[in-house]
Amino acid sequence: MSSILIAILLLASLAIIFGAILGFAAVRFKVEGNPIVDQIDNLLPQTQCGQCSYPGCKPYAEAIAGGEKINKCPPGGESTIIALADLLGVEPEPLDAEHGAEKDLPMVAIIREEECIGCTKCIQACPIDAIMGAAKQMHTVIADECTGCDLCVEPCPVDCIDMVPIETTLQSWHWDKPKDSIAATEKEAI
Amino acid sequence: MSDYLLILVSTILVNNFVLVQFLGLCPFMGVSNKLETAIGMSAATTFVLTLASVCSYLVYAYLLIPLELEYLRTISFIMVIAVVVGFTEMAIRKTSPLLYRVLGIFLPLITTNCAVLGVALLNIKRDNSFVESILYGFGAAVGFSLVMVMFAAMRERITVADVPKPFQGSAISMITAGLMSLAFLGFTGLVSI
Repeated sequence: MSSILIAILLLASLAIIFGAILGFAAVRFKVEGNPIVDQIDNLLPQTQCGQCSYPGCKPYAEAIAGGEKINKCPPGGESTIIALADLLGVEPEPLDAEHGAEKDLPMVAIIREEECIGCTKCIQACPIDAIMGAAKQMHTVIADECTGCDLCVEPCPVDCIDMVPIETTLQSWHWDKPKDSIAATEKEAI
Repeated sequence: MSDYLLILVSTILVNNFVLVQFLGLCPFMGVSNKLETAIGMSAATTFVLTLASVCSYLVYAYLLIPLELEYLRTISFIMVIAVVVGFTEMAIRKTSPLLYRVLGIFLPLITTNCAVLGVALLNIKRDNSFVESILYGFGAAVGFSLVMVMFAAMRERITVADVPKPFQGSAISMITAGLMSLAFLGFTGLVSI
């Protein structure tokens, strides 16, 4: 009887001690997420393309919060740089050409399907899984998902991927967006 | 000294945990799709296995044996390992974000791995001393990492190989693992321990 009691006591006390250790650790080692990182992350275009040399937008946001330059995001372009400069209170700089140029038009990747050899290299390169296909099968780009980040063009061994501007169709046509200044004054008014 | 070396050789090659003792098969199959993740998993496993064999030895030698409660070893090891890994994960997250990015997601995954509990229990079965336990755990982890990295490298090639239809996917992976296991059986008798 007493051996069972000892066993129960031992397990219970072990559990209590371990619980206390973990509870203490949860308080002591609490990691406060840096709120500025989330704000920066919100301004970035979330293409996760990695052209800034970071593995995604969130890591780049963390790097910016740690003092990295704000001009390494080609998909975001000038407007993102200005917004970031505004948020961080620094001078806006021109886009760093080393990381690629801003495109005037939104682009989409198109695979010339008859030339595709099915090597799957572009599938592995795509940061947002917008390319479908399998080994030795023809691949194709899901145009709605493609962010036009260019990353699949480089690995293609037969150069069958083209970047083309998204055509304006009856469905996607819209009036010109209001000028920035108007939007800004509206925001201030609110 | 040569005893310690023998333990290392024995756990890494002869009694390899994955391919000869068939422990830790789930990460071996599950996380070996890409070489990078396999390496991350291996690093986390090395860390956890060594730590787990130390802690479980301490608990066994200084708590369970004096109280004559050896039969509670399995449940208390599970508890000890889970707590130690949880604690380390939190500590790493706070102190070294870089290390956390490498090991982070794999640490909780490996906690409930059979290889981890297996090392702790085998240490007791083999009456290992403290240093021997550490080496046994470390050797097991190095052996795990070795086959994990080799298997991941092979699988990366297999995905682009022309595999007959009935063998595609998991089937060819299983066959590959079986062949690797056969190859490792060739080490039997290299050292006797």
